[in-house]
Amino acid sequence: MDALLHQLLSGIASGGIYAAVALALVMIYQATHHVNFAQGEMATLSTYLALTLIQVGAPYWVAFVVTVVLSFGIGVVIERVLLRPMHGAPVLASVGIFIGLLLIFNALTGAIWGYLTQQFPSPFGDAHILGGYVSPHELGATAITLVVLLLVWAFFRFTKLGLAMRAAAYNPVSSRLVGIDVGWMLALGWGLAAAIGAIAGMMIAPVVFLDPNMMGGILLYAFAGALLGGITSPLGAVIGGFLVGIIENIGGAYIVGTELKLTLALIIIVAILIIRPSGLLGRTIVSRV
Amino acid sequence: MGQATLPAVAAPRAAARGFALLPALVILVAAAALTFVCSNYWLFQLTLVVAFAIAVLGLNIVTGYSGQISLGHGAFYAIGAYVTAILMSNPLTLPWLDPIEVPYWATLPVSAVVCGCLGFLLGFPALRLGGLYLALTTFALAVATPQLLKSDLLGDWTGGVQGLTILKPDPPGGLPLSADQWLYLFTLAVAAVLFVAARNLLRGRIGRALVAVRDHPLAAEAMGVDIALMKTGAFAVSAIYTGVAGSLGAIAIQFVAPDSFPVLLSIELFVGLVVGGVATVEGAIFGGVFVVLIPQIAEKISKAAPGAIYGGILIAVMYLMPFGIAGALRRLRRRA
Repeated sequence: MDALLHQLLSGIASGGIYAAVALALVMIYQATHHVNFAQGEMATLSTYLALTLIQVGAPYWVAFVVTVVLSFGIGVVIERVLLRPMHGAPVLASVGIFIGLLLIFNALTGAIWGYLTQQFPSPFGDAHILGGYVSPHELGATAITLVVLLLVWAFFRFTKLGLAMRAAAYNPVSSRLVGIDVGWMLALGWGLAAAIGAIAGMMIAPVVFLDPNMMGGILLYAFAGALLGGITSPLGAVIGGFLVGIIENIGGAYIVGTELKLTLALIIIVAILIIRPSGLLGRTIVSRV
Repeated sequence: MGQATLPAVAAPRAAARGFALLPALVILVAAAALTFVCSNYWLFQLTLVVAFAIAVLGLNIVTGYSGQISLGHGAFYAIGAYVTAILMSNPLTLPWLDPIEVPYWATLPVSAVVCGCLGFLLGFPALRLGGLYLALTTFALAVATPQLLKSDLLGDWTGGVQGLTILKPDPPGGLPLSADQWLYLFTLAVAAVLFVAARNLLRGRIGRALVAVRDHPLAAEAMGVDIALMKTGAFAVSAIYTGVAGSLGAIAIQFVAPDSFPVLLSIELFVGLVVGGVATVEGAIFGGVFVVLIPQIAEKISKAAPGAIYGGILIAVMYLMPFGIAGALRRLRRRA
C-alpha cells in the first residue's frame, strides 16, 4: 500500500511536468492549429540557458525569470522569422519546418553544452516531508504547474489581450475586422508556449537530469496528455498530463516493468482515444456539410 | 475532431496524374548505368537510397494520397527487415523435407504479405482516428517498435538486443558482378516494378478515389466510393511498400537490431515524403535521395552539429519548395 501511494504521488509529480508541456502544446494548437514538434527541444535549450545563468552566479529565481523572458523572446522570433513566411503553405510543409527546428535545436544544445548528463539545481531543497512520500521538489514543481495553469487561465479569461488572442484563433477574419492584429497574436501565442515550455524544462531537469535529449520522451507523454484531455482544452491538457503521469508510473511499477512503460501508457491512451476520439474535455467539432 | 483538422495537403492539381514512362525509363537506365561507375561504398549508399525511395512511396500512398498522417511507418520498415532477417537466418524446416535455406528474393513476398496484413489491421483503428490523433497513434507505434523488438517475448526469433546478421547474396550463376553491384541492380529492379505499379494504381480509378476520400469524404461517399475500404486498403498497400523496402534495406545492411529502427526512422520517412513532394509518385525518389545523402553532406560540412545543418537544409527546402521537389518541378514544367 505504501509503495502504491508512493507510485501514485510520484506519478502526480511527473504528471505535473507533462501537464505543463501539454499546456504549451495546446496553446500553440489553439493559436495556430499546428502541433509544434520542436516544443521539447526549445524547452531543453531554455533549461540550458538557465543552467548557464546559474553557473555564472545568478540566484535561482533571477535565472528563472530571465530564462522565461528569453524563451518568450525566442518563441516570438521563431514565429515571426520562420513561420510567418510559411503562412498559406501546405500543413505538411510546416511539419517539415518543425522537424527541422527540432533537429537544429537538438544539435545546437549538444554542440554548445555537450552531450554529458548534467545536474540541475532545484529551488526547493531536499528535506523529507510528508513521511518521505514526496520530495519537496515534486511538491514544488506540481505547485508551480498549477500556478502557471491558473495564470494562463486568468490571462485568457480576464484580460483584453487574452480575449483578443482567443478571438484571433477562433475567427481570424472577423478579428482582423475589429482591429486585432492577428499576426502578432500568433507570435504572442508562440512566445507564451515557449515560456511555459521553459518552466516545464526547469522543473523536470532536477528529476531526470539535463542532457540534450531530455525532453524527447517527455514531449511524447505531453502530446499524449494533450490529446487525452482534448487538444482544444487547456484544462483538459492539464488533467490529461496528470493522468498520463499516473498511468505511466503505476503501469510501469505493477504491470509491465519500466522497459515497456512508454508503450503501455501509449496503448492505454490510444484505447481511450478510440472510445472517445475528441479527448476527455475536447469539443467534438461538427463540420457543416 | 474530424478529418478536417489537418487537411493533409493543399491538393496539387496533378495529384492523380502519374509520371511519364519515357523519362522514367531514361532515369532507370541512367541509374542502372551507375552500377559500373560507382565504388562499392557508393553502390551501398545508392541501394539504401532506392530502398528508402520505396518506403517513402509507401508512406506517400497512405499520407499523401489518402490523407491519413502516419508518423509510424518505421514500424513497417522494421517488420519487413525482420521478416527477411528471420527467414534468411533460420533454415525452413518442414517435416517432409530437408531444411531449406530461404533465398533472399523469396523473403520479399513474405514480408509483403506480413506487412500488408498488419497494415490492413492498423487501418481499422485509423478509420476512427482522424488527423492529429492518427499521427499520435502511429507515432506511438514507432516508439513501441524498438521496445517490442527488444522484449523477451520475441527473443527467440529476433535475437533480442543483439539482433540478427545475414549474408550478402551472391550474384546468380556466373554474372560478372560484385555482390554490391548485383544487390544494387536487384533493388533497382524491384523498385522499378513497384514504382510502375504504384503509378498505374494511383493514376487510375483507385488513385482518384483515394484523393476524393482525402479531399472531400462526403462527396466521395455520395459518388459511391467505399471510404472504409479505400482507407484500410491504402494502409495495406502502403505497408507492403514500406515492408519490402525494409527487407531490401536489411539485405543491404546485412544486419538488423532493435536500435536500427528508432523513432527517428519514421521521422526520416516523413521528411522524405514532405521534401520529395506529397501526393506525387516521382517525389519519393527525391525523398529517398534527401534522406540518405543529405545527412552525409551535413556531416561533411560540420562535424560538431550535423543535425543543425540537416535541419537548416530541411527548412530551406520547405521555404523554397513548400510542395516538395516534385511539386516545384511540376510548377516549372507548367510555366515552361
